[in-house]
Amino acid sequence: MITVHHIRKSFGDKVVLQDVSAKMEAGKCNLIIGASGSGKTVFIKCLVGLIVPEQGEVLYDGKDFLKMDAEEKKEIRKQIGMLFQGSALFDSLTVEENIMFPLNMFTSDGYQKKLQRVNEVLERVNLAGVNKKYPAELSGGMKKRVGIARAIVLNPRYLFCDEPNSGLDPQTSLIIDHLIMEITREYNITTIVNTHDMNSVMEMGDNIIYMHEGLVEWTGNKEEIIFSKNERLNKFIFASEFLKDAKEMRMMELNRKNAGE
Amino acid sequence: MPMSLLSDFGRYVLLMKGMFSKPENGRMYWKELMHQCSEIGIGSLGIVVIISVFMGAVSALQTAYQFVNPILSKSIIAQIVRDTVILEFAPTLVCIVLAGVVGSKIASELGNMRVSEQIDALEIMGINTKTYLVLPKVLAALIMIPLLVILSAFLGILGGKIASVSTGIMPPSEFEAGLIDGFLPYNVFFALAKSYTFAFLISSIPAFFGYYVKGGALEIGRASTKAVVVSCITILFFDYLLSLLLLQ
Repeated sequence: MITVHHIRKSFGDKVVLQDVSAKMEAGKCNLIIGASGSGKTVFIKCLVGLIVPEQGEVLYDGKDFLKMDAEEKKEIRKQIGMLFQGSALFDSLTVEENIMFPLNMFTSDGYQKKLQRVNEVLERVNLAGVNKKYPAELSGGMKKRVGIARAIVLNPRYLFCDEPNSGLDPQTSLIIDHLIMEITREYNITTIVNTHDMNSVMEMGDNIIYMHEGLVEWTGNKEEIIFSKNERLNKFIFASEFLKDAKEMRMMELNRKNAGE
Repeated sequence: MPMSLLSDFGRYVLLMKGMFSKPENGRMYWKELMHQCSEIGIGSLGIVVIISVFMGAVSALQTAYQFVNPILSKSIIAQIVRDTVILEFAPTLVCIVLAGVVGSKIASELGNMRVSEQIDALEIMGINTKTYLVLPKVLAALIMIPLLVILSAFLGILGGKIASVSTGIMPPSEFEAGLIDGFLPYNVFFALAKSYTFAFLISSIPAFFGYYVKGGALEIGRASTKAVVVSCITILFFDYLLSLLLLQ
């Protein structure tokens, strides 16, 4: 489990994270949502140590990541997989080499064993057979899937996804969302997803953290969010008439389900 | 401005210090070093060959043009070509060209990796990116650039000989006699000292500009240009400094 206590981060005069405390539940999809500029990306980068906050604690199973020495941090990072917004695949390497990179760096397995693992994860993300292609030859959705494959190749305990649906069409976004959910359940990973895609919120939100101007404004799950009375959250989530209607229908459906039980 | 210069220098020193950490996997680092040796050495071979031959040839023709005293032996032209090529042209001119060729490549490669979050991806994997991305480039430059400078010196002198002989300035035997006459091995040491210093500058300065780039494609271009300009100015400054220290 990852627990965050009173994180604060500013860039010059601009305070991006004011005082953020949150809990990422183990083995679940934890979603960080909020408008652009609300501090989601800075928050997720603080969690993985790419940005060092000015104060606060980031606890991985009770141990403060910020106070760990370089070697301890390395050990934690070996348990982390991350899918970046732009996939961050290495341009000069093929899909196979990209996914094999962490295996080459951190295992002493032979080529055949590593290749077998690469093929396993490629199959898991439904991309079998693209081993020899370069990232430039792949579509946006395929790049994201290769990014996921690379992130899970070392069997991480934590999977971080920074806006996994950005730049993707709705259908591909759904495929990526389902893939992240399935992987979370299958491998029992603690997944942290930074998104402002409302579909993802409704599909994946086991634990939702809504951020507004560098503060955690609301926490709950995908069912609780439907009944939330938080005005700012409702304005953000159900911004269009279409989404408001969808909310009403979902509410009715959940009420019916609860009454039936 | 002076504050930002000092702060940049501080970050540069920290980047250099940060390069020295234990590699996560020696085999992968060795592979990367070999790759960089090939990129820097083999990748720059063509341009080094061309400029070396021509600078030697031009040097011979221009020295002959200014050589008006009929009492002096023409073999002195060979001596002048030899010494200018070894002392200045091969280490400095070649390194300034390499600052453009290698420096812009290093800055844009690292800049692109930074902007597209590839460096962050490596960090997340638990890899020290300063050691994995910068150190092999600096080591490869320190291995390959002095070799290119030595090759350049040979080719420069060869170019001078070809130009002298083909234009009838002097016969080959006279040129060869001039080459041996008054040769100081110390000059080769001086050229190597310069080439090692410049190799470090050519690789580390662009690595600094590329590694810390912020923004997008435009900023990568700017960082690349800045890296080449700063490398060239620093090379010229150190050229003067080393001449002052080692040739006085």
